[in-house]
Amino acid sequence: MSITWIAISSAGVLGVVLGGVIGVVAKAFAVEVDERIERVGELLPGVNCGGCGFAGCTDFAKAVVTEVAKPSQCPVCSAGDINNIAEYLGIVVEEKEKMVAVVRCSGDYSHTVRSFYNGVRDCRSAVLVAGGAKGCDYGCLGFGSCADACPFGAIEIRDALAVVHPELCVGCENCVAACPKNLIIMTPAAVDVHVYCNSPEKGASKMKVCKTACIACRKCVKAAGEEQMLVDGFLVKTNYANPPQSDLVEASACPTTALRLGTKHAEGAYQGVSK
Amino acid sequence: MSDKPRKFKGGVHPNDSKALSATKPIQVAPLLDKYKVIMHQNIGAPPELLVKKGDLVKKGDLLAKAGGFVSVPLHAPTSGTVSAIDKCPGPTGIGVPAIEITADGEDAWGAALEPMADWPNRAPADLKQRVWDAGIVGMGGAGFPAHVKLSPPEGKKIDTLILNGAECEPYLTADHRLMLEQAEEVVLGAAILARILGLDTAVIGVEDNKPDAIARLKEVAGKYNVTVQGLPVNYPQGAEKQLIYAITGREVPVGKLPMDVHCVVQNVASAVAVAEAVIKGWPSIERITTVTGKPVVNPGNWRLRIGTPISKALELAGGITMQPSKLLLGGPMMGIAQKSLDVTVMKNTSGILLIASDEVSLYTSEPCIRCGRCVEVCPMSILPATISQAVENKRFDWAEELNVMACIECGSCSYVCPSHRPLNQHFKRGKIEIQAQLRKKK
Repeated sequence: MSITWIAISSAGVLGVVLGGVIGVVAKAFAVEVDERIERVGELLPGVNCGGCGFAGCTDFAKAVVTEVAKPSQCPVCSAGDINNIAEYLGIVVEEKEKMVAVVRCSGDYSHTVRSFYNGVRDCRSAVLVAGGAKGCDYGCLGFGSCADACPFGAIEIRDALAVVHPELCVGCENCVAACPKNLIIMTPAAVDVHVYCNSPEKGASKMKVCKTACIACRKCVKAAGEEQMLVDGFLVKTNYANPPQSDLVEASACPTTALRLGTKHAEGAYQGVSK
Repeated sequence: MSDKPRKFKGGVHPNDSKALSATKPIQVAPLLDKYKVIMHQNIGAPPELLVKKGDLVKKGDLLAKAGGFVSVPLHAPTSGTVSAIDKCPGPTGIGVPAIEITADGEDAWGAALEPMADWPNRAPADLKQRVWDAGIVGMGGAGFPAHVKLSPPEGKKIDTLILNGAECEPYLTADHRLMLEQAEEVVLGAAILARILGLDTAVIGVEDNKPDAIARLKEVAGKYNVTVQGLPVNYPQGAEKQLIYAITGREVPVGKLPMDVHCVVQNVASAVAVAEAVIKGWPSIERITTVTGKPVVNPGNWRLRIGTPISKALELAGGITMQPSKLLLGGPMMGIAQKSLDVTVMKNTSGILLIASDEVSLYTSEPCIRCGRCVEVCPMSILPATISQAVENKRFDWAEELNVMACIECGSCSYVCPSHRPLNQHFKRGKIEIQAQLRKKK
């Protein structure tokens, strides 16, 4: 018998023996994986945005299967996706309302007073220098910390203003905490009328620094009624519990264009009014 | 105390531009119609408001009382009416609550604090209480309540009191003039502070670029057993930890306080405020401020009431000749950029500095070339280049590991960086994020 045959046969025997060991061990120490978790994971979007409050999609899938979380907690899934998951797991889910983010500021570069700023291009750093270079203490700084935080590319920085594209926004809320001015709120996607201003200052002092500020002239309140548009000091807010119709924006003819439709704002339809 | 002070590692030598105002004697600002006293002027808890709109107040009356131990009361800068309590642009750019006082022109003192001319016989605790009652904070820039530094916790022995007269910030000459013109009060304040701490000596540290102030202080220092120590000219010589090292050779460990190396440091202006509070019973309602810069017609040093709007201070200095491109409260290295002239003078406003547009370099930040100059000049021996990259990439845990919390924000690294990286701003951001995370954990 040549040395070649010895090598081949010994390696073969060794292979068979070790293969057998692996087979036995794999059976004896098998980790039981709930196949439902894998299946639910496949049905989830898989972007790991963290909007549900779990570490990622797999973690959330585990929580859904063990009934710690409900499928509707995923902000990214459409109603159809959630139905698929619920159907697969044989559970009943309630309808969830889709939420989108709104940056409550319309003060872009052309319509606001700004100081010169040459520092770090990041909102949370920029706010350390004189509270941001904007004349308005409350407005969007436009360095895009929220856009960086958005895993879906739904926030665009246009003319130094953060603009949310409602059709891309899934409502994961990652941007909310990124804004140093606390400008971003989550609103029901069905409501399109928003006040793009968050400054509680008096109308005159707002107008000094921004041409598109809400000056609380109440035109929209008169047109829609006190229940639909709420007056809070020198600022009007949409009542999201009892929202106005989309035609309010045209009907009220907001003199500063602070009252806008979210969809048209994203398209860049409002140019502001310069007086 | 060795005769030769030690030189700390690192530091920079910016053009000090002190000649603009160093020879100008302190002038007393005339009484204004209106003062706006910003409520929260100290590090620590904000004070609690005691007056309401329409109240009549006399000069030195309490406007607000201390809101805790790490907090100081506020006093009326003149007699008059409380005409408004509303928002005023704050030094950090965000609107802050402020008390507006419309002066009646009489400038009459109210029920002032009782003068303690017999202070050597008073108990140290009474003197310390007086420092607190007078609302004295660190007037060099930080605004930390002075009485807190004078209250070391039990078991921490203090053996050295240092008065900080280094004034290493370029442009500023307020402390320089103060030491020249009120040398007796500086020394007296040092003696009172020493008595509060149970010491019989004190050291006044002054940078060698103020030989006249050193000579003047030495003339009067003997009376109270105070020594005057010249210090090498090196920015940031006036930083607390660097000053302690220069004078005593002790290094304050990261995360520790001067009292951990048995030292207390107070600014010379705070010492004068202490002397005035004890001997005359004056609360902290005015301070010496340098109004300077190339665009200022007549740069100089003024005794300004707390609550004087910056616009009025600039009027005193004759206005401006050219459009400034930057307004800073404090010096050019550590001063805070302002965007409004309505900000008012606070207890820690050591300077009002205008920078002309031809003096400002509008560089853009380039990538780090790893030249290591920032590491060479860092007086705290941390790694500015690496930390800035950690912060830029939002790796705040990494920045913390690299001891970003030890940074004293002196700006030496930003000053030397050939790539013009905004290093100091990165560190400020990093420190704030780390502190926020710590608060969250608690």
